[in-house]
Amino acid sequence: MEIPKSFLGYKRENGRAGTRNHVIILPVDDISNACAEAVANNIKGTIALPHSYGRLQFGADLELHFRTMIGTGSNPNVAAVIVIGIEPKWTKKIVDGIAKTGKPVEGFHIERTGDIGTVMKASKKAQEFVMWASEKQREECPISDLWISVKCGESDTTSGLAANPTVGNLMDKLEPLGVHLCFGETSELTGAEKVCATRGATKEASDKFMKTWSAYNDFILKEATDDLSESQPTAGNIAGGLTTIEEKAFGNFQKIGNCKFVDVLEPAEEPKKGKGLYFMDTSSAAAECVTLQAAAGFNIHLFPTGQGNIVGNPIEPVVKLTANPLTVKGMGEHIDCDVSKILSREMNMSEAGDRLIETTLRVANGRLTCAEALGHKEFVMTKLYRSA
Amino acid sequence: MATDIIIHDEKDNVGVVVIEKITPKQECKCWIMENDTSTNILSVDEIPLGHKIAMVDLKEGDTILKYGHDIGKVVKSIKKGEHVHVHNVKTKKW
Repeated sequence: MEIPKSFLGYKRENGRAGTRNHVIILPVDDISNACAEAVANNIKGTIALPHSYGRLQFGADLELHFRTMIGTGSNPNVAAVIVIGIEPKWTKKIVDGIAKTGKPVEGFHIERTGDIGTVMKASKKAQEFVMWASEKQREECPISDLWISVKCGESDTTSGLAANPTVGNLMDKLEPLGVHLCFGETSELTGAEKVCATRGATKEASDKFMKTWSAYNDFILKEATDDLSESQPTAGNIAGGLTTIEEKAFGNFQKIGNCKFVDVLEPAEEPKKGKGLYFMDTSSAAAECVTLQAAAGFNIHLFPTGQGNIVGNPIEPVVKLTANPLTVKGMGEHIDCDVSKILSREMNMSEAGDRLIETTLRVANGRLTCAEALGHKEFVMTKLYRSA
Repeated sequence: MATDIIIHDEKDNVGVVVIEKITPKQECKCWIMENDTSTNILSVDEIPLGHKIAMVDLKEGDTILKYGHDIGKVVKSIKKGEHVHVHNVKTKKW
């Protein structure tokens, strides 16, 4: 198949392109959720991103909070942002971070005004933003404007056999065209970590990966009360035939095809070394991982599943694929791309990769994903440790 | 072309069932992805879609190879054609 060289996206002030055109209402902290949701309820076409944290965090955990907030607002799938926090200082910090992209952003703090006054002021601005954004048109953008993140979930052996290698096939075909790619799931590379390390494009990247994985493994060894057999693999993984974390890891690893990663990113860190594949240190919990990748600027997500994970994200469309025929049959409303014919050998890997590229471009051009149509908007902040 | 079992790598000592299930004493067609060759195996157990079958006899302490890589150790001996899963294989991690 000849791969299209462009897609229809929204060009942003900073030169990036979005696959979506959201106006988001971003609460800085847990207690500002009510305000943010009230504004989104008032002004149609906006979306609130409630979450559970943002108070009394400190150190690296607080830095991650700010990075995730600013990154989410800065994502090119977002046209404009209203930020609402309890206090002025942290609210302003997030507004200033997002403003660097050049997109419209305005902050409101609740102290001294209360919810009702804040909702009124923020709603007026949100209305202005959403009406402005509604006139934005999709324009032809080079395919290299796609930043594609990947993460698998509710995996089973069909993931490692077919759905994950399909993503790998897509990566092998799109990497030469200059796209950005990102995989993560530090924990679920356990068992395949040494093989994964050999995929660093440089010794520096390989060393950084091993350091990241070892830090994670040390944490598990310190906190674990058992052998993690209740968590890794999960009950769903085991039902699907996955026996050990090593088996899961080698299946997981199929997603990167033959690509080499150019750098290792902190959670929610924006890639800085140009096109190509990046590894991000993330949790393997689906919503946490996708939220971090979206905050790093990725504008479309590919999610292979075996038993049927249903996750979505409020700003980054999540494209699901599966090779498990029982999942297609039982929960087809969650599956954007069916590659189950690989198992019956009626479809080869290259054909499956082409089908996934077609699906990805249709979604990039505006087709809703199953998760979007079903209203999945899981926005989950990663927290590194307890608050002060 | 259709197959009952797919094996990732020729070094692997397990294969994955890719039809809804295989039944005991079924003569199963196996396809090795890596080198595109075929083989057969007689099943012992009923094994559902996605679950693994032993391609050789395995004894306690043996290493399970899948994708050509070590994915765990045998903790209870397994006969060729039997179901391979959490009851007879454990991780080497943790």
